[in-house]
Amino acid sequence: MSAETTAAHPVAIGKGRDSERFFGRLFLFYLLFSLAIGFTMLAALLIKVLIDGIPSLSWQLLSAGPSIDPAKAGARPAILASLYIGALLIAFTVPIGVGTAVYLEEYARKDRWYNRFLELNIQNLAGVPSIVYGILGLAFLVRGLGLGRVLLAGALILTLLVLPTVIVASREAIRAVPDSIRQGAFALGATKWQVVWKQVLPASIPGIATGSILALSRAIGETAPLLLVGAVAFVSFNPTLLGSFTALPIQIFQWIARPQDEFKALAAAAIIVLLVMLLGLNAVAIWMRNRYQQRW
Amino acid sequence: MIRDLQVDRLKAPPTEPQAGAIVFDCDDVGVYYGKAQALKNVTMDVREHQVTAFIGPSGCGKSTFIRCFDRMNDLILGARVEGTILYHGQDLYGPDVDPVEARKRIGMVFQKPNPFPKSIYDNIAFGPRVLGMRDDLDGRVERALQHAALWDEVKDRLKDNAYGLSGGQQQRLCIARCIAVDPDVILMDEPCSALDPISTAAIEDLMASLKREFTIIIVTHNMQQAARVADRTAFFSVQLSDDGKQRTGVLVEYDDTTKIFTNPSDKRTEDYITGRFG
Repeated sequence: MSAETTAAHPVAIGKGRDSERFFGRLFLFYLLFSLAIGFTMLAALLIKVLIDGIPSLSWQLLSAGPSIDPAKAGARPAILASLYIGALLIAFTVPIGVGTAVYLEEYARKDRWYNRFLELNIQNLAGVPSIVYGILGLAFLVRGLGLGRVLLAGALILTLLVLPTVIVASREAIRAVPDSIRQGAFALGATKWQVVWKQVLPASIPGIATGSILALSRAIGETAPLLLVGAVAFVSFNPTLLGSFTALPIQIFQWIARPQDEFKALAAAAIIVLLVMLLGLNAVAIWMRNRYQQRW
Repeated sequence: MIRDLQVDRLKAPPTEPQAGAIVFDCDDVGVYYGKAQALKNVTMDVREHQVTAFIGPSGCGKSTFIRCFDRMNDLILGARVEGTILYHGQDLYGPDVDPVEARKRIGMVFQKPNPFPKSIYDNIAFGPRVLGMRDDLDGRVERALQHAALWDEVKDRLKDNAYGLSGGQQQRLCIARCIAVDPDVILMDEPCSALDPISTAAIEDLMASLKREFTIIIVTHNMQQAARVADRTAFFSVQLSDDGKQRTGVLVEYDDTTKIFTNPSDKRTEDYITGRFG
């Protein structure tokens, strides 16, 4: 039998067509090229900033206030204000964002038009350019409510800016909790409130926290809305809730606009500080996601 | 008459079937999902300290029906229950009945084990905690686990996550979780369909002991399982509407398990249990 089979199939497995292998390689090359563009841009940016900024990176940058003399200038009020804004942002966005997400996922009847309308609008809000939020802040918070050009106004407008992101992330985290968990809790005689508060929310905290931190890191880097609600570059005192304020991206923006090269170097150093803050936040988010992720 | 069915494993009626008090008295129950009628004209009663099994082909409404008893259908948008179900004489769907209160007395175990993403201890303690049964919580957790024949396997790792348990252990954990709130009735919706034969046997043994304290209703795809565990068995089937588009579940026959499996009075029951259909 075997001899016969061998005789009937004398041809060995061939090499395949050269043209097909060529296109396969070409495609792979294109993929690597695409990857390289993004990667080299980012690398070039980082290297340039590091070369320019590291010589000016000093304790003075973190501890001193702004000055017209670049040798004495620092970004302390700006850094503190950014941290302050970040803390306020979390305090404002998380309760409101999670509350909205819980309503939409757990309570809203999906067959009602107004709930679908709300959902659609939240998705649209996430795509509104940040400068538009800045205009809203200027018109509504600074002038309308008469809050003035203060840190609280900046924190509130950034809250509005990232709220849709937090809502969307929280909804996804809540939706990821399987229905069998809710059913199991209901079957034991738990009320809706108990099911949400004691099962659904604890199970979705990792996702909510990760989404909130990523939203925060986006807000910390925002400049445009803060410019409109009146962040000023030259603030020599530590920020207060209802005082005029600056923020790290604003400070960088102003320093770069100065004619002196020393200020440009300071700006590069401040960019390093800002990058470290943002990458640190992102690292926390990634760590939390990996550490607490629930596999169902 | 039915050689395939290992009649020797059938129990003689362990108790006089009419002896127990009526727990559920259903009269002309129908269930709708939106406009589609999933189940109609079910009239039957469920007796105390018995295991009552619902069998039938897919789509015959047996799972729909079991979910009427703890008002889980209330959670499904558009679901509607007609007719009356009396629970110890009280209208379960009466205006003064809170479904949450009903579920405290009538527990449920689901098809797929659904432990909470918490420790073994917290899984069991969840029910007592939300119902305010805070006295001697440790003792309550231990008793529930012993009842569910799981205590010896988990007593040294109560703080471990319940997801580390095997499928059969997870299902017994869900039974323990259900027992921990001292229910009157335990509903089981195909509790063994996701389990291996050994775990299935463990859960069947468990049912035999649990019925001394609880009334058990079980939905099962597995006829032998019904024959092994149930005192009384209800056979449901699918009825097509005249235009053939709508499938509605109906109760065909409800009797002592032995009678259903050895001498059914309806031709459809006989066809189903002899494997000629379904």
